[in-house]
Amino acid sequence: MVLSSGILVLIQVAATFTFIALFTLWAVYAERKVSAWIQDRIGPMEVGPHGAFQTAADILKLILKESIIPAAAQPLLFIAAPIVIFVSVFAGYAALPVGPDIIASSFSVGVLYIIAIIAVDVIGLLSAGWGSSNKYALLGSVRAVAQMISYEIPTALIIIATVMMTGSLNLQVIALRQGIFSDVPVHLWGMMDITHVGGFLSWNIVRYPHLIPAFIIFFISTLAECNRAPFDLPEAESELVSGFHVEYSGYRFAVIFLAEYAKMLLVCLIGAILFFGGWNTPLPNIGSLSLAEWTSGTGTIAATLWGVCWLLLKGVLLILLQMWVRWTYPRLRMDQLTTLCWKYLIPGSILIFFLSGIIRLWEVGGL
Amino acid sequence: MNHGISEFGHVLLYLAGGAIFIGLIALLNKLLAPNHPNPEKLTTYECGEDPVGNANVQFNIRFYVVGLIFLIFDVEILFLFPWATIFADVKIIQNVPLWGVFALAEMSIFVVILLLGLLYVWVKGDLEWIKPEALEPERINPVPDSLYEEINRKYTYQSTVKKTQAGVTP
Repeated sequence: MVLSSGILVLIQVAATFTFIALFTLWAVYAERKVSAWIQDRIGPMEVGPHGAFQTAADILKLILKESIIPAAAQPLLFIAAPIVIFVSVFAGYAALPVGPDIIASSFSVGVLYIIAIIAVDVIGLLSAGWGSSNKYALLGSVRAVAQMISYEIPTALIIIATVMMTGSLNLQVIALRQGIFSDVPVHLWGMMDITHVGGFLSWNIVRYPHLIPAFIIFFISTLAECNRAPFDLPEAESELVSGFHVEYSGYRFAVIFLAEYAKMLLVCLIGAILFFGGWNTPLPNIGSLSLAEWTSGTGTIAATLWGVCWLLLKGVLLILLQMWVRWTYPRLRMDQLTTLCWKYLIPGSILIFFLSGIIRLWEVGGL
Repeated sequence: MNHGISEFGHVLLYLAGGAIFIGLIALLNKLLAPNHPNPEKLTTYECGEDPVGNANVQFNIRFYVVGLIFLIFDVEILFLFPWATIFADVKIIQNVPLWGVFALAEMSIFVVILLLGLLYVWVKGDLEWIKPEALEPERINPVPDSLYEEINRKYTYQSTVKKTQAGVTP
């Protein structure tokens, strides 16, 4: 038994890594194509049909390149940084429910663990910037750290608000309580019992309309957490060249890049689980037309496949939204960045926190 | 699960797995990539120039202040997490009807005290970043402004007259 559960997790570890690598290949290609279409260009066209193998060729090139450690750099910090950055994001996937029955580590503190392990990312950034012994890298990493720790507060407060509405820190339970398999009755706006209807009606964001502004705050702060434009000050090309990873090249750069896209996917999947029902189907049961039961389930392979597909679809749609935002808005200034976080998002998320408390108590009849 | 690897053990496998995969990529790189370092290649990048001084430059002290404020709020959030799962527990409320109200009120007091802290920092101006100011460039020009304005007025007038004439003619 020890062996079999260990081997099962090892298979999951390998599958997660393969998936992240393939996703990064696709996401970088998608990002280049989306940016090209938004700017009325055609994007990469040379390698493969419509440039589809461009990013695979890029990764191959990065692995074949000489890995340079500058003479002035501090070797230990410089080498450890990409490992810390990648492993912290990668370990976050351990508590992510991919399907109704697939979760690598279903302990009761899931969300708290993910927030904690992603925060370790900051240490990697700081050691990359400091260990490079480069002025651009130092300034970039200091900016990145200030930005990421600031925006961690609204993110965590909004996550707490959704946890309050669900009553569990385990992401699998949070996903379960937003569909037809819920272990507690599902009410729409505190009135109608829709446990057997399911579909998009039982998603948190539909059941509790005060979570719509909460999702907007969550989305903005996760953009900043991932250092994505319009919050890409740490990597501002026009002033800092490329920020904390300016001295990195070859496979170390590829690893940092991989971590960046893995983090994008992770926060989008968490957003999909907290607000959009996770692996639950968006199709409700309508009378005898039981669409929800046909397109989801538990226990069978088909049900698992449905779950994985729904979750990935939601995650990918959120990622496309991130890309759209990136190529639409100009970069913020440092003072605008701190103002937005401390004077708008944090008071806003605390307001949503109080609202959640009152609404939840009213719903369970404790008020 | 009572036997086998605990759930935290699975996390450890993930941590180890991530590091091992990076190790594999590093090994692949070691086997395939060239390695010919030279002093020119190993210099610190500074836009192609020779680096000036070292990288221990001054940076804005406000980053440190942001770090301090974050620390207080992060501790607050840590206390909120366990509370969020039980403050509206249906079973407890059935036994103790006022449980929810008390739990919410107590946590509100805690959060409001921290909000006062945020307000204090806000009023003290520690959240203000140095804003860039628009500088009016100083002009050194012997020609008085009135001459330029006169020329502008003259030619603006003529061109508008021409345009109206062109509009009327057809």
